[in-house]
Formats: sequence, structure tokens, C-alpha cells
Amino acid sequence: MNIFDIIGPVMIGPSSSHTAGAAKIGYIARKILAKEPVRAEIDLAGSFAQTYRGHGTDKAIIAGILGMKPDHQDLPKSLQIAKERGLAYSINTVSLPKCHPNTAVIRLWDADGEMIEVEGASVGGGNILITRLNGLESAFTGQCNTLIIPHKDTYGVIAGVAQALAAFRINIGNFRLTRQSKGNTAIMTLEIDGEVSRELLMLLRALPNVLHVVYLHTNE
Amino acid sequence: MLDYMSLAQIAEQAEKKCMSIGMMVMYDQAEQTDMDVNQILENMERQLIVMQEAAKKGRDREIRSASGLTGGDAFKMHLHTENNAAMCGSFCSYAMTTAMAVAEYNASMGRIVACPTAGSCGILPGAVLTMMDKKGVSRSKALLGLICAGAVGMVIANKATLSGAAGGCQAECGSASAMAAAAIVEMAGGSPSMAVEAAAMAIKNQMGLVCDPVAGLVEVPCIKRNAGGVMCAITAAEMALAGVRSVIPADEVVEAMREVGDMMPAALRETAQGGLAATPTAKEIARRIFEEGENR
Repeated sequence: MNIFDIIGPVMIGPSSSHTAGAAKIGYIARKILAKEPVRAEIDLAGSFAQTYRGHGTDKAIIAGILGMKPDHQDLPKSLQIAKERGLAYSINTVSLPKCHPNTAVIRLWDADGEMIEVEGASVGGGNILITRLNGLESAFTGQCNTLIIPHKDTYGVIAGVAQALAAFRINIGNFRLTRQSKGNTAIMTLEIDGEVSRELLMLLRALPNVLHVVYLHTNE
Repeated sequence: MLDYMSLAQIAEQAEKKCMSIGMMVMYDQAEQTDMDVNQILENMERQLIVMQEAAKKGRDREIRSASGLTGGDAFKMHLHTENNAAMCGSFCSYAMTTAMAVAEYNASMGRIVACPTAGSCGILPGAVLTMMDKKGVSRSKALLGLICAGAVGMVIANKATLSGAAGGCQAECGSASAMAAAAIVEMAGGSPSMAVEAAAMAIKNQMGLVCDPVAGLVEVPCIKRNAGGVMCAITAAEMALAGVRSVIPADEVVEAMREVGDMMPAALRETAQGGLAATPTAKEIARRIFEEGENR
């Protein structure tokens, strides 16, 4: 914690959890899609569902999907901007049992029809936790540099990734692996110290059985 | 290096170094983070600019909240102050106006500095901008005032909590008020121990305040509690500057606030189940707002 955790962050109001945190979940969903989204379906659960209008939760999530940070001046106008930029969206209120009270599920499509699904919770003070990725359990906060690597569930993939990181002298602070079923798609999530260079990203993408590499960079 | 676990220790260290709290903490943060002194001041200047813009935009005309539930009150206070009609004088009414303006601007989806939280974002600007605009405090002194406030907030975060969901409104508006009180003393040229006394007295006067937002929104009673919070800060700072001391030491006050928060039932910690949120009028407002959300 430093002085700017207390005198800050700068954010669009009114609520750190229902507005700033919501925008962050949308932003991470966009980063995971890694392309310009053309369609978004947003499910709001719990307190998000009940108070989203007064807190601008819908506007915040859409703003994030459009690539805005929680302090972006245009966040309140995001619904309009989405129309101008050709992003079709729908907002639904749902009930998700056993979820954190401030949970959103975001499904995004790019122009090629590629779809991702992100479930995230706003856990207080503008902090978030991504709880599911494409239906698979997950747990990362976006507060550290994070690599998300969907891959084929087979031997050697994790070793290959670890070796590549080691070669670039990057330490793994946290590692999480989930899979649908044996031999199917699995996702590894790595929170790392230091920065991932373009060269390392290229190397990771070239590894056998790696389907995709998403890099979430905190200083972006 | 400071561990931000004790207000008394911060005051003692600053006095030993013949520095204000803001000055000492500025150097300490430069040591503890990857920012140098220049960057700390530049970043704080940016926060101050956001505060000034928010105060101006919230005050200069009537604004409405996103839900439509609140708005226009800071503008009323502004006219009242400008007409020299305020009973308590222009200093206090300007502080109240500024705090409400920032809080209303927040509710209207404006850009604010969470200090320490969004719900309590008007209190510290209410104190700092009023010292600048009504007492001629310089920008650089205001930046040190903000750093001093941040130090108080860090101790409360470490020893108790700044979250309404965890500790009630005393943890949000109470902490903001303590931070603002210490900042006012620093900007007024009081000693570090006076600043800490002021923080203690501000928390004492808001001990036990519950978090009971109507319909779960950051509007009622939050906006008016920002006006109350800055007045509490001014009261505490004035007492401290006069040499009044808190009988209970500041660190024990923070500890007591934590314990009160722990004893608070969940209904009174931001869940909108108790207090003002459970009144018939609040329930009616909540029903209306939820229906509007669903029928969109």
C-alpha cells in the first residue's frame, strides 16, 4: 500500500465496486478477446442486477469492453459510443447461485465469430477477481502481470511454458491450471513478476499445443 | 522507514525530524516506492486537479445523479454561500458546499478521487480546497496536506478498515474526516501531534456511524454525510489548533473504531438492510429503482 491507494484512485463515480470494478471486468474481457468486439452479452447478478442502473454498472462494463479504464472521462457515454463503434450489446439480469454478490458474466464476439466468456466479481474498493474463463474455473485479480494460456491438455505444455519464462528470467508468482476433461482444452493462468517482451510472447505462441496466449499488463 | 501502524509514532518521528507529517511522509514514500519525490508531488498535483474540477462541476450548476434520486443540493448551498447568507460564515459553508459538490458529482458519474473511498470522496477536497480558496494556503502546502491525510488513512487501513462493508460509515466518512482534520492542521501550520489529535477527535465524533445507503446507492445519506464529515474535520482541527487534546490516544481511538465495526451487524454495513435504508420511504425508493432497472 502506498499514499496513492488512499488518495486515489481517480475514477468515474459513483461506486468503486459497482462502477470502477465493473469497468475493470469489462476491460479484462476485451483484453482476453484480444480483438475488436462486435457483440457483447452481459449478465448481471446479485447486487449488480439490483442496482446497476443507479451505479452505471452497465455503462462501466461496456466502457471497459470498449477499452476504457475506470477513470476515462467518456465512461458515462459508453452506451452511445458502443453504437457509434458498431458494438451490439445486451444487458440481462440473472440469478447465479453461489456467486459473489457483485458478479457479471460477459460474452464477447469478434467479427470472425470467435467468442469468449468471462465471469468476474467486483470484490470491493475497485478490486476484482476473474472467477471463470470460457466456463473453466479461474482466479486472478489483474493486479499482477498475468499470462492466460488456453492449451491442449497433454504432457509437456506446462514444462514448455515454464522453460520459456525461465529463459527470459521471469519468475512465476502464482500458477493455476484448470481443464474441462482429460485431453480436452485446459487453461493455465500465470501471475508473473516482470514484463513479458514481444519476443517471449512470440515464443510462447509458437509452443506446440498452445492454442492462444493472452497477456494482461498492469501498466497498460 | 515508516510502517504506518501508529499515528503517535508518525507524529513523534516528524517532530524529531523537525518536519511536518506531510513532508516526512513524502520523503518516506519516495524511499518505499519506485517513485521519487518529484513524481510523488506530480501525481498528487494530478489528484488535486481532479478534486478541483469535480468541486467546480458539482457546484456551478444543478446536476442530477444517474438514478435521478439526488442532485442540485450543492448548487443550492453554493448560492446560499455566495449570497453571504450562511450563518456559520463563508469558510464553513464553502467547505460544506465543496464536499457536497464533489459527492454529487460522484453520484452523477463524474470523475473523482476516491479518498479514501468514492462514497466519502467530498470530505478531503472540502477541507483542502477551502483552505486554499478561503485561507490562501499555497498549492505546495495543499499537496503536503494531502500527503499528511494519506498517512492518516494508511494507518487506519492497517489498524482497522476503510471499507463501509467491513466497518460501517465510520470507516469511510469517519476516516475521511480524520484525514481531513489532520490535513487542515498541517496546512494551518499546527504541529504533527496536533494533526494526530485532530484525527483522533474527528473519529471519536463519528464513532459508530452506520453504513445504510438507500437502495444500495452512493447517494442517500452519503452526499449529506460528506458535508457533515468536513464540518466534523473542521471542528476537530480547530480544537486541536487551540491545544485541545483527545483524552483517549489516537491509536486507541482507531482500535476502538475497528472493534465497533466488528460488533456492527451486517444489516448496518452497506447491505441496505438497516438504518435509513430500512425506512418505509427508502423501501419505496428501492422498489421504484429496481423496477426501472428491470423494465429497461
